[in-house]
Amino acid sequence: MTFLTLDLAPLLAATLAACACALVGNYLVLRRQSLMGDAISHAVLPGIAAAFILTASREPIPMLLGAAAAGLVTVALTSLIQSLGKVDRGAAMGVTFTTLFALGVVLIQHIPRTIDLDADCVLHGNLEALLWFPPDNITLASLATLPRQVHTLAFVMLGTIAFTAVFYKELRLTSFDPALAGALGFRPGLVNTLLMTLAAAAVVASFEAVGSILVIAMLICPPAAARMLTNRLGTQILLSQAIAIATAVGGYFAATQLPPLFVPDLTLNAAGMIATVSGIFVLAAAIVARIKDRPKPNPPSPAPSPAH
Amino acid sequence: MQPPTPPTDPTFLSDLWTVLTLRAGFNTTTVIVGVTLLGLASGVVGSFALLRKRSLTSDAIAHAMLPGVATAYLAAVALGVNGKSLPVLLLGAAVAGLLGALMMHAINRLTRLEEDAAIGITLSVTFGLGVVLLSYIQRSPQGSAAGLHHFIFGQTAAMLPADAKLMGALALTALILGVLLFKELRLLAFNANFAQTIGLPVQFLDLALLALIVLVTVAGIQAVGIILVIALLIIPPAAARFWTDRSSRMVALGAVIGAGSGYLGAAISALAPNTPAGAAIVLTAGAIFFASMLLAPRRGALATTARAAWHRFRIATDHALENLYLAHTHDHTHPPRRQVIARPVAFYLQAARLAQRSSPVSDGGGGQSAARPEGEVRVTSHTRLTPTKAGLALGAQLRRNHLLWEEYLVTYADIARTHTDWPTDQVEHILDDTIIHRLESALEKRGVRLPPPA
Repeated sequence: MTFLTLDLAPLLAATLAACACALVGNYLVLRRQSLMGDAISHAVLPGIAAAFILTASREPIPMLLGAAAAGLVTVALTSLIQSLGKVDRGAAMGVTFTTLFALGVVLIQHIPRTIDLDADCVLHGNLEALLWFPPDNITLASLATLPRQVHTLAFVMLGTIAFTAVFYKELRLTSFDPALAGALGFRPGLVNTLLMTLAAAAVVASFEAVGSILVIAMLICPPAAARMLTNRLGTQILLSQAIAIATAVGGYFAATQLPPLFVPDLTLNAAGMIATVSGIFVLAAAIVARIKDRPKPNPPSPAPSPAH
Repeated sequence: MQPPTPPTDPTFLSDLWTVLTLRAGFNTTTVIVGVTLLGLASGVVGSFALLRKRSLTSDAIAHAMLPGVATAYLAAVALGVNGKSLPVLLLGAAVAGLLGALMMHAINRLTRLEEDAAIGITLSVTFGLGVVLLSYIQRSPQGSAAGLHHFIFGQTAAMLPADAKLMGALALTALILGVLLFKELRLLAFNANFAQTIGLPVQFLDLALLALIVLVTVAGIQAVGIILVIALLIIPPAAARFWTDRSSRMVALGAVIGAGSGYLGAAISALAPNTPAGAAIVLTAGAIFFASMLLAPRRGALATTARAAWHRFRIATDHALENLYLAHTHDHTHPPRRQVIARPVAFYLQAARLAQRSSPVSDGGGGQSAARPEGEVRVTSHTRLTPTKAGLALGAQLRRNHLLWEEYLVTYADIARTHTDWPTDQVEHILDDTIIHRLESALEKRGVRLPPPA
């Protein structure tokens, strides 16, 4: 029963987080907005801290709302600074997320110690702390006794799937040709806002399990690896999901099952290992892509670039 | 837990004054001086990074330093050296930072991925590796990672004077190198192609800029922390950008803002032990940035908004006067359309009323007073304006210029592009007499009534 108690919940949480993030991440990578995920995930900290201070609890709903609001503030502030300051987008993003993150670090000092949340835990999550004590005879209904984080992640995962399925056409068109999309009446601005909201939701739901920096790896690495292997959006999404699952499961086992073979009782940080493994997948995909594309004299034409 | 002392507390302010005037003990003073130097150096280096669009590259470099610190610790312990020795850890960080930059470069050059993805992959994967290594150090029998964790958020409280001196020395080196390479780096930032043409070693300079970024970042990670150290490279130059268009002033101002943020932030953090120095410094810099964004005289948000409003007002009053002139002369070749003139006239009416209220001169004629003594309109009722003689003359000129411009833009569309931004009242100054005569006769031929020149 140790697998069910110790490993099932973290595995489920990591897999759900990786899939939800990778699904959104496909569009971030295509739109050259990967770093928006970076900015949002840093900025989530003050949102969560503020929600904690206002409600004095760890209820998931206020936390999600606070973090999503912080994510949208990041997006809006970045655009504002970019247009007012006429600085490049990277710098505008850097100003926004470092200031917000610093604010979060200060706010977190005001949270009573009785609530277990500190800056370190926000950074690299606490995947291993998810335990499940299943009832003796396991039925489908006993899944409800899984830790809350798993439920939140499952909910966000379903929401992400629903959103990307319903708006598949809109997302694709606004990602590849925002001008045409606008001319056809698809409102790229609105789609972008919705996508950013979705990214914020995925980041918030995942950060509790894997931490705010490593969630960036989940957002970017599987889609980036998939992007190198195919030019078709549908294939890329499916591939990214497969890579996300492999990353989560492989990383978790590499952290918890592999080290004890060499040093007794040693386990490593699972979230960090998942990020490391996702880097290995990117490397592998890059090598495969180079071998596959070698015979051609010219490098493969890049994806139709989304204009800015 | 008690919340930190509110800043309005008088003892807090007097303590702050003690710290700011560097009388708070040797340790605190060394740290404050070191962080101020760090701010100075990062303001200079960050300005070039910002102009070269390398801001977020430095973010990935900083994150890559976590596994470097951890590896250096493990290597030192394996070799029997003190693993917590700061120079050893910082050396590891510098090497890892350069490797991170190399990794980004490789992803960018060898794959189809864009730069943003390269940065994101590098920073998250290297940081993940660092977290794994830290967890290994934590759980391995040799030692604890307690001291290493401080590199993530930065901590000045545990800094020894020797640490602060090392930080100051590294920052000073970066500062001096940045100033020495000022001309070359500026050219690189503004026009790399031109720099290459005149024989500057562009690749070497890019590498030098990278090395300076690594130097400043390494200097900063102990005090400010890996996650926030790039804020010192990004925020002060971005704030300085609002105040000037000259790169030399921007670099100088960036250095001053960086130094000020470091100085104030380190002082605040010295007094409120719960506030990590990195956060205090970044929030100080952030406050300066947002103040600059609002208040800077030419590029600030308030100035920009006021300028835009003034332009709208000018255009509206011009239109109003022109339409009043048309109505007055009953020029029915271009009858003013009500919906077109309604807004400008209402706008002008409002402005005229305001001017009337603030004007000390009034003819006292029961609500029928001039907008200004030499004004262009009279407010004759709540909804009506009557042009004065001067107003009619001005309206005639506006009408004339407007017609000439329209004709000019239509006839000479190929060359008119560069002139379209000029205000309409300057047509006689810009176009020469021959063209104006030609435009006049063209308009007359079509039966358009053109007011004579003033």
